[in-house]
Amino acid sequence: MVLRNYLRQFLRDVRTQRLRFFMTLFGIVWGTVSVTLLLAFGEGMHRKMAADAKGLGENIVICWPGRTGKPWQGLNKGRAVRMTEQDVERLRTEVPDITAIAPEYSTGSARFVVGKKTLVPYLAGTWPEYADMRSIIPDSGSRFLNATDMERRRRVIFIGHKLKADLFGEQEAVGAGIDIEGTPFLVVGVMQPKGQDSSYRGRDEDTGYIPSTVFRDMFGRTYIENFVFQVGDPTRVERAKKGIIAAAARKFKFDPEDKEAIGMWDTTEMTQFFNTFFMAFRLFLGIVGALTLVVGGIGVSNIMHVVVEERTKEIGVKMALGAKRRTIMGQFMFETFAITLLGAGLGFLITAAICGGFPAQFNQYVGTPRLSLQVSLVTAGVLGAIGFLAGWFPARAAANLNPVQALKYDL
Amino acid sequence: MNGNGRGLIELDDLRKVYDTGKTTVEALRSITLTVRENEFVSIMGPSGSGKSTLMNIIGCLDTASSGSYRLKGEEVSDLDRDRLAEIRNQRIGFIFQNFNLLPSLTAFENVELPLLFKGAPTRERRERTEHLLGQVGLADRMKHRPTELSGGQMQRVAIARALACDPDIILADEPTGNLDTTSGKDIIGLFEELHHAGRTLVVITHDQAIARRTKRIVHIQDGLITSDGPALQG
Ligand SMILES: Nc1ncnc2c1ncn2[C@@H]1O[C@H](COP(=O)(O)OP(=O)(O)O)[C@@H](O)[C@H]1O
Ligand SMILES: [Mg+2]
Repeated sequence: MVLRNYLRQFLRDVRTQRLRFFMTLFGIVWGTVSVTLLLAFGEGMHRKMAADAKGLGENIVICWPGRTGKPWQGLNKGRAVRMTEQDVERLRTEVPDITAIAPEYSTGSARFVVGKKTLVPYLAGTWPEYADMRSIIPDSGSRFLNATDMERRRRVIFIGHKLKADLFGEQEAVGAGIDIEGTPFLVVGVMQPKGQDSSYRGRDEDTGYIPSTVFRDMFGRTYIENFVFQVGDPTRVERAKKGIIAAAARKFKFDPEDKEAIGMWDTTEMTQFFNTFFMAFRLFLGIVGALTLVVGGIGVSNIMHVVVEERTKEIGVKMALGAKRRTIMGQFMFETFAITLLGAGLGFLITAAICGGFPAQFNQYVGTPRLSLQVSLVTAGVLGAIGFLAGWFPARAAANLNPVQALKYDL
Repeated sequence: MNGNGRGLIELDDLRKVYDTGKTTVEALRSITLTVRENEFVSIMGPSGSGKSTLMNIIGCLDTASSGSYRLKGEEVSDLDRDRLAEIRNQRIGFIFQNFNLLPSLTAFENVELPLLFKGAPTRERRERTEHLLGQVGLADRMKHRPTELSGGQMQRVAIARALACDPDIILADEPTGNLDTTSGKDIIGLFEELHHAGRTLVVITHDQAIARRTKRIVHIQDGLITSDGPALQG
């Protein structure tokens, strides 16, 4: 009943203060849309970048055996560290933090022939577990390399989706053949398209993968180009890196402090950078948005001061009839929150509509804007605080009026 | 019936000084006055003599600068705002010259307002409000807004509102000042009924005819009581 009275009062104010009310409402709507939309875009971009970074692989480190950079126990610096598949296999048992590891042979000069087409894309030889680490997912109805391929040295190949399009166009590739340097290969899989923002040779979409055993025989290789390992728990990556170097240092006799013997690209450093960057970015967007909201809040406070002024007489009458301070304050706080709530609700709806109707063709550039629960809660909290502050001072001014003076007041 | 009950209102050496910065105005200078239960008192005096100031203090809308005010034996001159609001709500019924009805509310809602502030339950509010509006002869005007009522009707709504929480005392500051003679007589008739029903009333008026219908007349001039005695019934 009290609330119904407040509501009626509020609607009457809206009627008598129409223009001012809509300007105020607009301020809050604008502020809410700014905050939520900025943060939604920030969130969308962060997610897209995180997904793209995952395209290279999650928590992976790529390692290139290089040359020693320091003399060690009477041995010169500048010695090549050359690793075989067996060395890689040994690392798996010697460094327990590692959850997966795979070597890679690669070449950029093998000719692929399909019918009359000839291409020279990237060719890599690796192990089956490579795919999971590198976020390589086979398209439906196809597969990556498997253990039997390895054992039996089958001439099978898995290709990136762009390489597939270049070689086969619209035609089915799985089950078809490719001639590589004169040797016939059977296509067993095509990669599902994925976002990938960085790479260390060609992109996966342009690469063909064959079993390492086949690669070794075909190209007469003994030593691998590089290897990739993954650590399940990102906080153990540093320890795993040290473990790899220590194990290799024992085997190849170099200084465990030697940074050049095995070159490492730790992709988790990039993820950390992204996280820090986006934290700062979001903070910036949040502050910009919050300031817009504060401006809206000042508008609300302003209109409430006018409402109090116009209703001075009424406040006097209510006081004479026995309204207490909190009754008077409650009325004005209610109105402030009603405006804020209405504006915020509209703002959220607009943002939701923009996020929902965001054209898909822009997704690859800025990601999909996303109104997360966290963003919504923070915005709602800021709005609540602004509503409270905007209402508090006019409401207190109203409750502190002298009843006799207020009763004398006439418009 | 010149008030044989105990003192309902007891003012002792009450003073009110308005300090406007440049000048100070002594609106009340040593007022000592007792009003007993079921008295019907009129206060008369020239404009600016301090009648409204006195009424506002008795009505707990304002506080005195010095002196003592006891309402039913309770000292109220040093109570805080919310306590005073409670007293205004439950023990005092105020009637104004310009009615002071809220224009956006219906007659019913205006009368209901003090009951809302008191926190009375819905059913009690409805029954009490309907009963009071019936008592002042406005049972068929409950849904009307003040602008749809005559001056006399508005003042009757205001009287019903003053009675809402069954107050100890009814205070009226020139209640007929804005009314034509006939409506004014109606209002005084209503006051007489209330008096006969056992209520205590204090009425400020300029009108000799009205004052003569009360039981006791207090004259004020320059913030001082100049005479206080039974009205000469005419
Ligand atoms: N708020 C105020 N500030 C200063 N002076 C006031 C105030 N209210 C009333 N007064 C002065 O106090 C005196 C008594 O006023 P009031 O009680 O309204 O007289 P009445 O009701 O008898 O006409 C007058 O001189 C008036 O000017
Ligand atoms: Mg007066």
